[in-house]
Amino acid sequence: MSTVVASRGLAPAAQAAYRPEEVPELLCPAGSFPALKAAVDHGADCVYTGLRDDTNARNFAGLNFDEASARQGLRYAHAAGCKVLLAINTYPQPGGAGRWRRAVDFAADAGFDAVLLADAGLMCYCADRHPSLAIHLSVQASATSYEAINFYRRRFGVSRAVLPRVLSLSQVENVVRNTEVEIEVFGFGSLCVMVEGRCALSSYVTGDSPNTRGVCSPAKAVRWKQGPDALEVRLNGVLLDCYAQGETAGYPTLCKGRFSVNEETYYAIEEPSSLNALALLPELMRIGVAAIKIEGRQRSPAYVAEVTRVWREALDECARNPSRFSVRPGWTGVLARVSEGQQHTLGAYHRRWK
Amino acid sequence: MKLAVGPVLYYWSRDALLDFYAAIAGSAAEVVYLGEVVCSRRRSLRFEDWVGLARDLRNAGKEVVLSSQALVESEPELRALRRLAANGEFAVEANDASALALLAGAPGFVAGPHLNVYNEETLAWVAELGAKRWVPPVELGREALRVLQEKRPPGLETEVFAYGRLPLAFSARCFTARHYNLPRDDCQFRCLEHPDGLPLATREGEPLLNLNGTQTQSARVHDLSAAVGELRGLGVDVLRVSPQASHIDEIISVFRALIDGTVGADDARGRLDAARPAAACNGYWYDRPGMDYRIDG
Repeated sequence: MSTVVASRGLAPAAQAAYRPEEVPELLCPAGSFPALKAAVDHGADCVYTGLRDDTNARNFAGLNFDEASARQGLRYAHAAGCKVLLAINTYPQPGGAGRWRRAVDFAADAGFDAVLLADAGLMCYCADRHPSLAIHLSVQASATSYEAINFYRRRFGVSRAVLPRVLSLSQVENVVRNTEVEIEVFGFGSLCVMVEGRCALSSYVTGDSPNTRGVCSPAKAVRWKQGPDALEVRLNGVLLDCYAQGETAGYPTLCKGRFSVNEETYYAIEEPSSLNALALLPELMRIGVAAIKIEGRQRSPAYVAEVTRVWREALDECARNPSRFSVRPGWTGVLARVSEGQQHTLGAYHRRWK
Repeated sequence: MKLAVGPVLYYWSRDALLDFYAAIAGSAAEVVYLGEVVCSRRRSLRFEDWVGLARDLRNAGKEVVLSSQALVESEPELRALRRLAANGEFAVEANDASALALLAGAPGFVAGPHLNVYNEETLAWVAELGAKRWVPPVELGREALRVLQEKRPPGLETEVFAYGRLPLAFSARCFTARHYNLPRDDCQFRCLEHPDGLPLATREGEPLLNLNGTQTQSARVHDLSAAVGELRGLGVDVLRVSPQASHIDEIISVFRALIDGTVGADDARGRLDAARPAAACNGYWYDRPGMDYRIDG
């Protein structure tokens, strides 16, 4: 990572401090009311949430909001000047759009600041019934070019788009330059190596995928088994990996297992790493991204608190003095700790990753 | 029901592509999809070559559709897409929202399998944009298709991915280059060495996936030959066969015979078993994990 930062160099010395409206919004995950509170209390500009069903892409047991807790969260966040979004970012199944439409109606009624949508049919409904409710294009919509993003703006008045984690920094910049739609990028958290919204690996093995059920490698299909020498993990019977003593075992998503290709066993798709773009903050701000998103609605309030605090400090410091910005070792330490020992990567922002 | 040959998803040499389409020209397939869907670094044929091939196939009586790239990241890729959309001669298969943006309003495009059309509302929307045909996402099963067929906008054809390794995912990363410890920008075109992709197995040796550059496919070959009657009953108009490096003529003849009712299920299965490059699966169709396989229908 250090070589990348060095090769990019520092922003020009003449770069003045950013005005508050130029500083990207810090968008933090809230999988529960305590997590929402943690994000708000530690400096999030905006939190994103989901309802307790398959209308959102983190449809995990014990997670998310019912209508009462969502209203409670809205009151808490709005009182602190923090926006709240509702992710309704899975694809309604045939004949089943009712639940998704009710979620959109609820967002409008309860006063959410925007909905995060992926399905065009649902965007038709939202733009038609609730023209004043802002639509953000979810990463699950897989819009990777400004042509795609501008199209969604023309059709549905989309005001912001979340970019899939596949573009390099210069590609992100090219998108920002060619659209009026605000661009939001991922800054930190679990890394999808596949284009979001275009991945059926999970349903190939388990029957359920992010697009169809809002889950990836669902916990109900995961089996751990401790053998004499190794810890085995299977997804619906398929061996994803085995770990020798002392090896760290992360959450077993299909794309982060060790497999055999041409008799060589390795992380053939992706190491169990997570994204950390903190070092790229000056670049992201120079490019003009509107918001930086922290992944992790499935994570604990403690995680949300720590990550939000670090990113708030970093954003503020970078805004004050972009030319002199550097990642503090303390921040790196905190982020490494909450990432459960996983290595960090710049992902696709760094072209060599591809 | 018509039979379509999907776009070649692998990186083949110019000669291999020309030989393949010479065989397709004489085959029983009515529809042929041409073009590079996976990676813009693959340039065995230039745009003009594809159009020339398209004209040859049209002269051989085929309906030709030019397929767009599924993952569009760069400005050169957008330029190529604009050129494709403006070709003025052949219908285009839209495989991402960028293509949809450029084709909207121009009647007669195909909404490809990578567009995330999962429900009747979105299906109505793509029809309104001018789609003449749509291909459901591969993970959509028969129950979902039944509902969508009932609510299908008039005049819109349905094409189902009926045979071939499943295109399951796309990435900015090239997994073939990664296997050879090469960066994607300097991949040395190693995909050329794997005309049916690069097989990936579990640590127990069970085939799981198939690496094809930036695309990840199923190791197993999705095969809906046992469901042809059911597909016809649902009013499906076109069955898609996805190309493989060998035996494509046999695959096409078996599906043709199944559509025409001139071959029995057991015979068809036997012939396909001999022509498939890997074991079969059909789980998605039965609302099961995609890798599952059942022969009783």
